Amino acid sequence: MPKRVAIIGSGQTDHTSRRADVNIPELIKEAVDRALVDAELTIDDIDAVVIGNMEHFEGINLSDMWASEGSGAVMKPAMKIATGGTTGASVAACAYYHCASGLFDRVLAIGWEKLSESDTTTGIITAFDPIVERLTLAGAVGGLAIEANLYMTSYGITQEQVAKAAVMARKNAQRNPHAHLKLDLTVEQVLNSPMIAYPIHYLDMCPTSDGACAVIFASEDVARKSANPPAWVKAAVCRHNHPYIGDVDWRKSTLESAAIEAYRLAGITHPRRELDVIELYDPASFALLSWIESLHICGPGEGGKMIDTGAITMEGDIPVNPSGGVISTNPIGATALIRVAEAALQIQGKAGARQVEGVRTALATGFGGSYWSEVFILGRAS
Amino acid sequence: MSEEIIVRRTALRIPYSWAAGAHATRFYREIADRRRIMGTRCPRCERVLVPARKSCSRCFQDTTEWVEVGPAGVVTSFTIVHYSEPRIQPMEPPFAVALIRLDGADTALIHLLGEVEPSEVRTGMRVEPVFADEPKGRILDIRYFKPVSVD
Amino acid sequence: MSGQVAIVGVAQTRFQSEKRAQNYAELVHEVVSELFRTTGATHDDVDNIVSASSDFWDGRTISNMAIQDVVGAYMKSESKVSSDGTLAVLYGMMRILSGQYKTTLVVAHSKGSEGVPNLIANAAFDPIYQRQLGIDGLSTSALQARRYMEKYGVSEEDVALVSVKNLGNARKNPYAQVAGEFTVEEVMQSGYLAEPIKKLEASPISDGACALLLAREDIVDRFTDKPVWLKGVGHCQDSYYLGDRDLAESDALAVAARRAYTMAGIDDPRREIDVAEVYDAFAYQELMWTEILGFCPRGEGAELIRSGVSTMDGTLPVNPSGGVLAAHAVIVAGLVRVAEAALQLRGEAGEHQIPGAKTALAHGSFGYCGHMHCVWILSNEK
Repeated sequence: MPKRVAIIGSGQTDHTSRRADVNIPELIKEAVDRALVDAELTIDDIDAVVIGNMEHFEGINLSDMWASEGSGAVMKPAMKIATGGTTGASVAACAYYHCASGLFDRVLAIGWEKLSESDTTTGIITAFDPIVERLTLAGAVGGLAIEANLYMTSYGITQEQVAKAAVMARKNAQRNPHAHLKLDLTVEQVLNSPMIAYPIHYLDMCPTSDGACAVIFASEDVARKSANPPAWVKAAVCRHNHPYIGDVDWRKSTLESAAIEAYRLAGITHPRRELDVIELYDPASFALLSWIESLHICGPGEGGKMIDTGAITMEGDIPVNPSGGVISTNPIGATALIRVAEAALQIQGKAGARQVEGVRTALATGFGGSYWSEVFILGRAS
Repeated sequence: MSEEIIVRRTALRIPYSWAAGAHATRFYREIADRRRIMGTRCPRCERVLVPARKSCSRCFQDTTEWVEVGPAGVVTSFTIVHYSEPRIQPMEPPFAVALIRLDGADTALIHLLGEVEPSEVRTGMRVEPVFADEPKGRILDIRYFKPVSVD
Repeated sequence: MSGQVAIVGVAQTRFQSEKRAQNYAELVHEVVSELFRTTGATHDDVDNIVSASSDFWDGRTISNMAIQDVVGAYMKSESKVSSDGTLAVLYGMMRILSGQYKTTLVVAHSKGSEGVPNLIANAAFDPIYQRQLGIDGLSTSALQARRYMEKYGVSEEDVALVSVKNLGNARKNPYAQVAGEFTVEEVMQSGYLAEPIKKLEASPISDGACALLLAREDIVDRFTDKPVWLKGVGHCQDSYYLGDRDLAESDALAVAARRAYTMAGIDDPRREIDVAEVYDAFAYQELMWTEILGFCPRGEGAELIRSGVSTMDGTLPVNPSGGVLAAHAVIVAGLVRVAEAALQLRGEAGEHQIPGAKTALAHGSFGYCGHMHCVWILSNEK
């Protein structure tokens, strides 16, 4: 059995489209300072640092080096993890294993990105194989549009249902002081926004944000004495896929595979009943419907019903993305770590206006690379 | 029979626009407006950090005080660069890169040396900045450091 | 952790200035196949993967995408350390120590031939204060070399001894890229790249890959009768701005070494370590690092060579493989230090075998002028 590890604090910047007032290490330090204040610790209490972002988005090679001006890593064990969109979750997992291994007691996990400093899509295009696929795939939206179209046509999910999910997420974001897009939208506005790649409209898609997130993981003994209620890590699971998009089997989801293993580790048999809140990595709004099916929250094709009945709204039985999710806030290297931080806040009862009542078990996901997934399950009870 | 391997040549052309932040902005404004080089002092270790930083990375404390340093200082190490990479190098080799501890600073600034024969450069040499005529908010607003004239 | 996880197999490619016939996946396929051939393992035996590679060197965001299929990551957990390979070993070990995994495949790849090394190195210097100065790994290391030599009275001839020793040792290493019988005079006259660093004192940039298989103590027998136990590890990051440090010192290496020695129970490294593979990206670094690792007093690194202590037939041979001076695939080179140390402890180092080696040190470094260090202590005794 893995050793017990908990999240004992977190901090985020107030994510926005451009933070010209701070440079990269200054942005990172804002999130770290907030996490330390939240956990009532100082940097001297931190044993190790794990940090991540994607280098081409800012054009900084060895980005953890300059980042150390603000990350607190100087004269500490430190490691950089970078896995695309999953980066933040991969950073969280690495910090988790730092503690679960018994080698470290308090580990600072940091994800950050300053997407205003470059052209994000240009950076993403370079993720594809330069000999075969780079010439034909156009950044993140291309593959997502293929998946969205396949999902919607397979199950008769309508554009209106998807747009409703987009409206819900931006409405939730209004309760989150850290969220980037706090928009008051109507379904019509989403449907009338420009089509980026059919069936994904502009307002269905995630933005690009400047922001950083820091989460403090602790070993069991330390967590039990922490200033905050610990959010115990019940499962941390990652699943990868084939690297060529043409090889990806769209019916065999890494998210489903990761979720099944995470449920096994956490002893969850009825996810819909046993999970109280989900922080889903939703790069586009269709994912709010389709990917909760992969999580076995509902049956195949029932995602549309989940928004129609309000089940995944703040008032529903399984709220998804009280934070507003990725389509409201997306500093890529931080994005998946924000999911973990938000899930922890829900467990800790510290989510403020976006708090879901009585959360005992929360699930967070990460998405990136060639359809890779990460799943975390956090719980109030150890 | 050996076949020639196909090689696809390209360059990543990604535009970047890096925010300097408020502290580096002031650092460059001081050079542009007053020909002054500024550092910031850490309240914990009391080191004067040059170039100016918002926080001390070792102490993880925000700096609290701006301190004018130099503009002259001492070369604490140097190299003469003999290889050519014109896509990044601002001078023709051979040229000198040096760590320069400006008077009043506790850290060294990395910069270029000019108006000196490479073979004449020595550790311990006193140097002073030569500022660019038209500052643009970049480290080359100090064109280079040159030996302090003895007369 | 001491003695709970073992290296049960290692494989490396031959390192060359250009390996045009193999792309990244094919390079990694070569080492994974060799690893499986020598251990009898298959992809089914590998329950998770940790890779190390660099987006900047690969010219590809999410550089680990390229190798997903050849490491068998489909529907498994893979993560990427964007730092030296020694840290990938550490992360791989943490995953096993956590109790969640039993076997970690650790791989690293790089092709220096496909990018422009000086440009890539220059991009590690921050664009606000440093990058426009045109500095890179070579010119900044030269600043460190001079500072070290002037502070401790080390001559250029002293430094040249390292190249003579290591390139000489490399003649016995079939994987080395650069090898030869050189005299101090020849090294001295090989021409300055950046004073005081000369051509024969600078590592080449290589193409190549390396892989290790780590296993939990209860299953090592499945793969080998010559396990190499991970006994101690320490890593530490130094200040970013080179002018913030005294470049003649390396506090980060001192801290990393202390952690590793304490964990492994090493009191007297000079006596207790039988062989060391250290990260000599430039010749002066072997002198600096071996002094700070405690093999001799400061300033006496060259004396270790002159007196024969660190030569092939000495009591503490350093870099019998030829070290990084003989082959430097960025990121891979640290993993190769661990692999070479393991080969020594398995008695499989061929012509550069140190007879009877029981305890070995492997050292990796990343960033410029030793911004990050990782020290490993390995043993063939549990």
